[in-house]
Amino acid sequence: MMANHWPLWRRQIAAIVRLEVRKSLFHRRALILYLLALAPVLLVALLANIHPTLVRTSAVLDATGHYVRERTVVQRHGPLQDPAVAPLVFADLYNAMILRSVVFFGCVWIFMNLFRAELVDRSLHFYFLAAVRREVLVAGKFIAGLVTALTLFSMSTAGALFFYYQARGYDAAMRDIWDGHGMAQVFTYLGMTWLGCLGYGALFLTMGLFFRNPIVPALVVYGWEWLNFLLPPVLKKISIIHYLTSLSRVPLPEGGAAIVAVPTPAYISIPGLVVMTGVLLYLASRRIRSMEINYGGEA
Amino acid sequence: MTQHAPPMSASPADAASPSADSARTVVFSNVSKFYGEVLGVNGVNLTVGPGITSLVGPNGSGKTTLMNLMTGLVRPSRGRISVLGMTTDEPEQLFRQVGYCAQFDSFPRGVTARGFVTGFLEVHGFRREEADRLAGAALERVGMLAVADRKVASFSKGMRQRVRLAQAIAHQPTLLVFDEPLNGLDPMARAESIALFRALAAEGLFLIISSHILHEADMMSDRVVLLNQGYVVAEGSVQGVRAAMDDQPMQILVRCDRPAALAARIFAQELAVEARLLTLPNGDPALLVRARDADRFYLRLNSIVAEGDIALYAVAPADDDLQAVYQYLIGGQGGTA
Ligand SMILES: Nc1ncnc2c1ncn2[C@@H]1O[C@H](COP(=O)(O)OP(=O)(O)OP(=O)(O)O)[C@@H](O)[C@H]1O
Ligand SMILES: [Mg+2]
Repeated sequence: MMANHWPLWRRQIAAIVRLEVRKSLFHRRALILYLLALAPVLLVALLANIHPTLVRTSAVLDATGHYVRERTVVQRHGPLQDPAVAPLVFADLYNAMILRSVVFFGCVWIFMNLFRAELVDRSLHFYFLAAVRREVLVAGKFIAGLVTALTLFSMSTAGALFFYYQARGYDAAMRDIWDGHGMAQVFTYLGMTWLGCLGYGALFLTMGLFFRNPIVPALVVYGWEWLNFLLPPVLKKISIIHYLTSLSRVPLPEGGAAIVAVPTPAYISIPGLVVMTGVLLYLASRRIRSMEINYGGEA
Repeated sequence: MTQHAPPMSASPADAASPSADSARTVVFSNVSKFYGEVLGVNGVNLTVGPGITSLVGPNGSGKTTLMNLMTGLVRPSRGRISVLGMTTDEPEQLFRQVGYCAQFDSFPRGVTARGFVTGFLEVHGFRREEADRLAGAALERVGMLAVADRKVASFSKGMRQRVRLAQAIAHQPTLLVFDEPLNGLDPMARAESIALFRALAAEGLFLIISSHILHEADMMSDRVVLLNQGYVVAEGSVQGVRAAMDDQPMQILVRCDRPAALAARIFAQELAVEARLLTLPNGDPALLVRARDADRFYLRLNSIVAEGDIALYAVAPADDDLQAVYQYLIGGQGGTA
């Protein structure tokens, strides 16, 4: 009985994703998302290519100690050039710029607008008037949000990583990626971005349905995630960022006042985020099932 | 109720209908809807059968509320609603058989007419080719095929109205619910739309259409449901309602220099059941008359004028058809003066 619904649901979800992605990725209003996604790439590119150069000049003497000529050595000396500190610097940048800023606010924008923008436009009722289960609608919208977020923020992450490796030159980068643990690093960062989109996506989609003006709750979450390091270990775990940073291969700095929580191992944090996503989407579906169309005022 | 019930065989209803009767009607049982403190509709008991039914009532009378209730966009505060034997909280079932053209004049961002209709057909679950075909057919029916690939945002109000009609009929439902579908249409488009509604009904579809103009409802429908301030005040065949209207006093506004003298003469000749002295907004005196027989009243008025001692400036019916019905049906507590 259940099984033969799947082909229909798949088709319906695909249809919703097509409609939604067209709006979120190819509409004028998507420009702000592109700019947001581009920002960390530009920053890392700047750090990689514009940096202090150290020019040292020394005299070259011959065996007898006589001056022969002057020698100039130009040393590239940016934070991303020094193999000892570069991974830490990038981890910091990724944490602050990509995860906590671009992914966070990008997901606020994308996922909160999935239903809210249509309430504002007064066009949500078209979905409610189609022969589609409201749960399928939630699934379709969520997947559409994920397609948008994953596309843009994977590119942000990949772009930032590209310039991170470019800073040390082609040879060093290739050595690190193929021989060192660079490849694992790349996929860890991408994976954190993907899981971030999943968790924040579900959170903001659901919050968008429960709050009339979800910007304030979103800022509360933002503050909570930043102050997370101050919290006692138990509260720390009520946080998406905690599970994401637990995955990091480079220990992310927690700040001086941090009360160190043991990072949650990946075999818990990844399924944990997936389960949390499921629970949030279940809440969203419940909410959508009982939702009335009330755009406020007459059309 | 009406003689226009389409033959049973015309309905593509599933064989698995619980009872032939409930599967072909919309039933409101003691339904009330409150928006917080505000009354939407109250204590509605109504059975709407096949054919074309009009919901008629002035602004705020509850037409949209009833329609939103029967399509599950809002839920009743009290009572039960059955639509073709289904409840309204399973859209996945309901909208295989129901199409609703709502009153909101809005569209998703950036759509073309064709993209809009096709897109939502795919959300219904139709495959691409089938959706394309049905969308084309629906747009053709409302006369919008020629401009189907233009952005909806560039359309006039009437064109948008027709695109929304196409969207409501595209998936070939058996029950169509249209909220003020003639709003914003020019006379030509109105006539075309009414012809379309008649054609759909002739195909065996079952239409519920709202309007705030009785005359329009009369042209479209077999049966009218009159709403006022959230209550169903009358329902029945258009002829029945018309007959009730013919019986009832007409309000006529007379502007003259000596309204009191005119009133005395009108009463002396038993031309009116009521006459009230008024002052118009511009300060002129006037007389509002409720006449039992308007034709006789006009005739006698002419002879009074001919006597020459009262100067008559203007005579006009004070209410349009619908208000007249209301005055009669609601007991006249909603005064016009
Ligand atoms: N979302 C809402 N919130 C509060 N009150 C509402 C809402 N929708 C309708 N109402 C109220 O319910 C009553 C019925 O409104 P409804 O929209 O059903 O009337 P209508 O007959 O469709 O009017 P119109 O001809 O203007 O479309 C009105 O008093 C209206 O103010
Ligand atoms: Mg209305």
